Amino acid sequence: MNSEALHYHFDVDGASFANAGRASVETKKLLRQIGVSPDVIRRISVAMYEGEINMVIHAHGGDADVYITEDTILITLKDVGPGIRNVEDAMKEGFSTAPENIRALGFGAGMGLPNMKRYSDDMHIDTKVGVGTSIELWYHLK
Amino acid sequence: MAVYTHSVFVDHEKCTGCTTCLRRCPVEAIRIRNGRSVINPNQCIDCGECIRVCNHHAKKASYDKLSDLDYSKYLIALPAPSLFGQFNHLDEADFVIQGLRDMGFSDVYEVAKAAEYVTDLTRIYMSSPGVVRPVISSACPVVVRLIKLRFPTLCEQLVPVMPPYELAGKLARERALKAHPELSPDDMKTVFISPCPAKVSWAKSVMEGQTVYVDYITSMNDVYMELLKHMKHDVDPGPEAACEAGSVGLRWATTGGEAASLMNEGYLSADGIDNVIKVLDDLESGMLTDIGFVELNACSPGCVGGVLAPTNGYVARLHLQNLQKTVVVKPNDISHIENVERFSGGVIPEEYIEAEAFTYMPDGAPNMLAMMLAMKKAEALADKLPKKDCGACGSPTCKAFALDVVNGEARIEDCVVRNQMESL
Repeated sequence: MNSEALHYHFDVDGASFANAGRASVETKKLLRQIGVSPDVIRRISVAMYEGEINMVIHAHGGDADVYITEDTILITLKDVGPGIRNVEDAMKEGFSTAPENIRALGFGAGMGLPNMKRYSDDMHIDTKVGVGTSIELWYHLK
Repeated sequence: MAVYTHSVFVDHEKCTGCTTCLRRCPVEAIRIRNGRSVINPNQCIDCGECIRVCNHHAKKASYDKLSDLDYSKYLIALPAPSLFGQFNHLDEADFVIQGLRDMGFSDVYEVAKAAEYVTDLTRIYMSSPGVVRPVISSACPVVVRLIKLRFPTLCEQLVPVMPPYELAGKLARERALKAHPELSPDDMKTVFISPCPAKVSWAKSVMEGQTVYVDYITSMNDVYMELLKHMKHDVDPGPEAACEAGSVGLRWATTGGEAASLMNEGYLSADGIDNVIKVLDDLESGMLTDIGFVELNACSPGCVGGVLAPTNGYVARLHLQNLQKTVVVKPNDISHIENVERFSGGVIPEEYIEAEAFTYMPDGAPNMLAMMLAMKKAEALADKLPKKDCGACGSPTCKAFALDVVNGEARIEDCVVRNQMESL
């Protein structure tokens, strides 16, 4: 992303579920203010929310950054969590490594990554076990 | 709708330009300019929060006064369900109906009765194929306007059926015309007794160029004062008039009543404008997909908490709970007024559909590039601001102030905290 992009940064608090989703709600407001189309806003809301929840469940939070230019929106979600052992498995619907106590809360249904892919134009995952995960969600506006 | 006529307004004589409403407005529609509160009509949702919090009684609602009514007409009162919760020691809803008649109304059509039909219509609508869940109630005009302004993707989930107060006006007129063939439609006027300014705004705005079945909207406060004089308790054999709505309709006055009355799928109900916004955010993030219906009310604990209702909403809810014991469930289903075959396949006839389409109507049509530039400048400016969100500049937060400065609506010198820091 070039330096002309409008950039917003959010800390995703990994300590509790209470704040999970705040970055995506804030982002949604900004995109609406700018005049991004409702369809794109919805897809970003859903995908980014999934990403945020993932960071809370698996990685004790992390950083969410939103870069907006006239024709592209890029959302990066970076954490220093455990990393994803097998990305191919993680992309399968229903596959989850979420612990039992998290599933009891209704999370960890194994739809996180598949939904993020489904609700973005492009998704790139850069992950290393023991180091962390960085996900890029791309949206092409034109 | 090109122009939205608001009920909520500022009394400039009384407004001191304090920052109470500024910081409590849920949609940041208020600014303090030249020492007075100013409401942005494009953003205001008429929730009445500013009326509720103003310490100077400078925020008011406009509505029709009882003295504005044309008493030469056949006047039909349309009492909101919440009216029945306003009275201490009311043991029979019939007294209210009789009181309204004694006040000078030729007829009374309860909005609670219309609400029971709306319940039935909603059930029929939800049974039609392809309706996206959860379906969102469109009974609270604040919620409808909020969704249309700020939740673009939820517009299509609103129930398209007209709200109970409008349906009540329609059915009241039809019934009166049948009973009085000598009258013309112009001879009759419907008078809605409203607990909130949002319903006033709704009706005033729809009036522009569209069929509207409500002619006057009065405040429940005003009617209450007058009604008390006419409600007789010790008459034998009791009131002649009878309440036509059942317990289902009366429950619409409090949160959960509408949703519970559907009796089909799982539902969520919430009230209080901040809670409503949280639920809408969750809905837009794709959560809550496993429920059928969502009922949202701007006021707590439902319409009884409206700012035009005289009694504390929680006390009114208690009154209604007591009254429920004497009210039976009445089968006010749509088959009483309609041939149900018209609804085959879940299709609701046009005449019951809300005339105003539920479509996204963003505040202006922003030029994306210009807006991005402005927001980028505002971000940079916001970094230099004290982040105290004190409101002394006249904007609700430092962030909002930054954008106001960039848009030329405020000056950086208006930030008193910054001025003080610089002068040190």
